[in-house]
Amino acid sequence: MSESDATNALSVRNVVKQFGSGPNAVTALNNVSVDIQSNEFFTLLGPSGCGKTTLLRLTAGFEQPTAGEIFLFGEEIEDLPPHERPVNTVFQHYALFPHMTVEENIGFGLRMQKWSGPEIRARVNETLALVKMEQFATRKPVQLSGGQQQRIALARALAPRPKVLLLDEPLSALDLKLRQAMRNELKTLQRETGITFIFVTHDQEEALTMSDRIAVMSAGLIQQIGAPLEIYERPINRFVADFIGDTNFIETRIDQVSGNRALCVAGGELQFETDVVDGHGIGDAVTLAVRPERITLQKTMLRSKDMPVIEEATYLGTDTSYEINIGDGVVVTVRDQNAEAGMGRFAAGENVKLTFSDGAARMLVD
Amino acid sequence: MNLPRSIAARRALGLAPALITVAIFMVLPMLILLVFSFLEADPYGGVEPRFSVEAYIQLLYEIDFDDALVFNPIYLGIIWRSIFLALVATVGCLILGFPVAYFITRQDPRMQNLMLYLITLPFWTNQLVRVYSWILILAKDGVIEQPLKAVGILDGSLGMMYSNGAIAIGLVYSYLPLMVLPIYASLEKLDFRLIEAAHDLYADRMKVMREIITPLAMPGIIAGCILVFVPSLGAFIAPDLLGGGKKLMLGSLIHLQFASSRNWPFGSAIAICLLMLVMVALMVQARSAAKRRAMEAGR
Ligand SMILES: Nc1ncnc2c1ncn2[C@@H]1O[C@H](COP(=O)(O)OP(=O)(O)OP(=O)(O)O)[C@@H](O)[C@H]1O
Ligand SMILES: [Mg+2]
Repeated sequence: MSESDATNALSVRNVVKQFGSGPNAVTALNNVSVDIQSNEFFTLLGPSGCGKTTLLRLTAGFEQPTAGEIFLFGEEIEDLPPHERPVNTVFQHYALFPHMTVEENIGFGLRMQKWSGPEIRARVNETLALVKMEQFATRKPVQLSGGQQQRIALARALAPRPKVLLLDEPLSALDLKLRQAMRNELKTLQRETGITFIFVTHDQEEALTMSDRIAVMSAGLIQQIGAPLEIYERPINRFVADFIGDTNFIETRIDQVSGNRALCVAGGELQFETDVVDGHGIGDAVTLAVRPERITLQKTMLRSKDMPVIEEATYLGTDTSYEINIGDGVVVTVRDQNAEAGMGRFAAGENVKLTFSDGAARMLVD
Repeated sequence: MNLPRSIAARRALGLAPALITVAIFMVLPMLILLVFSFLEADPYGGVEPRFSVEAYIQLLYEIDFDDALVFNPIYLGIIWRSIFLALVATVGCLILGFPVAYFITRQDPRMQNLMLYLITLPFWTNQLVRVYSWILILAKDGVIEQPLKAVGILDGSLGMMYSNGAIAIGLVYSYLPLMVLPIYASLEKLDFRLIEAAHDLYADRMKVMREIITPLAMPGIIAGCILVFVPSLGAFIAPDLLGGGKKLMLGSLIHLQFASSRNWPFGSAIAICLLMLVMVALMVQARSAAKRRAMEAGR
């Protein structure tokens, strides 16, 4: 039995979760291990059905792992029922108690923990102030808007001062503006309270803006764990690169290697320099990932059918997106900021010159 | 044909079939009952068309040998027993019915349908036969006593038959489905995720039951209680068969007045009393429901 470091708020060790049995068994989690530090804003990011909710439910105690261990501050918790775990959940659907007022909802956890009347009142008021909902204290949940209900769900989960707060896509029901505002509020709340947040989302922008670290999941596996910058800049495989932001995948061969740097040629004569992935050598087929905004377009006076040519321009408001044929049938997408009003700097059919910074291209593992 | 123009007139026309049905099958019989209760009895059955309040006087007083009115507690006793046994039956049905309803909601949908079908199955058999079978169970040397005697735990008889207990058992048995179904209906709508949320907030099973499940099932519980209490109050099959005619309830008393005693006005007067008891029960329920709704609206 493995030990766990007590500075980790949550340690998940080799957890497998299967639903059902026999031929129609579903493996929701397939050997997942992750350490989440105390005071961390940790995000589980992945497409629908990848097992994010399942991991939260295992942590909260609503499900039992098929195999593996879960530690909370160094203490093994698989055998604890949900009501004995110092963990609270903000449910995706809020799950506010319809027969109780806002106050009663927030005080519920405190009452169940046998806090005294005055203590409950003080803490409820404090928490209401935290989510800026003081004037709604005596309303029933049905009398609140979606965003207001969301705050009450948050307040209810925060009130008992849990050691870890689990948030299952709490913002998904809100409109864009409210969602953006709540992002900042959540982040501030997390910093102020010092509670470990485990936040589930399938919205990459949400993940990138709020998290200290992100775990990218797919098909019951954690693909990569890292800070937002690391995940975005250095995706370790095609799935992560594809899921987070837009990416050009360029199939090519290694042309030259010097030290741990490799030179690849793609399309006509476009050269990419990247770190080489262990085990690859000259002549190996590799996939390069290049972000569309890392490629810079320059006007060129030269006209030639071997030069990159713009096939399509799409106006996006802040940017214009170009589909550029770089030769040999290889097409890359490039984003160019619209510094001036208008339809973008280039038109379809124009020749352009592509340049990119050093770290623009990245060789993928798979 | 001339179509009525105003919305009110059209609405009246649309409601007419319902109103006529209610008038013929509910209002009219009750009016007849009310009128009969204020007439004189014809000793051969039926009524004499002469106004009299004797039927109501008879409820509380009897006329002794000197033609003086003397207070007679017999009928009050029967009314009291009826209320008491109906309450016992209601509580009994609630205690048995709630867990059953909860258990059914926790099954998968196919199982739920099967169980609901089984719950309603007794309704398809004659009530007389069903209650009669309890005689075989409770009787002296019946299904319960015989095995006890065989193993020597019991000698003599438990005397279960012809008691208030036997009537209560019969009533609970007869009306249990009326408790299970409305409670099932409200539990079935209950969002199971609320239960998880309560567990998450440190509530154990008992507290979840008390704080979440029971309050949210309250409309069904109240409906079930009314549905059991009201017919229990007027029941006569179970009291007759299991009470052996010794422990009369209101229903049996009324039955008696129209059948063997041939005192229709008196029977009608008791029926009116029963009706008023039921109306009091319904009004209490309506008041508490209104109060709850007002509270739920956050006032
Ligand atoms: N109780 C269950 N019984 C059977 N299969 C389940 C159960 N719960 C989840 N699953 C399956 O496990 C997999 C992971 O589900 P999970 O709810 O964790 O996904 P998710 O990442 O939260 O997705 P979403 O973003 O859509 O909420 C899915 O394939 C789902 O169908
Ligand atoms: Mg989910």
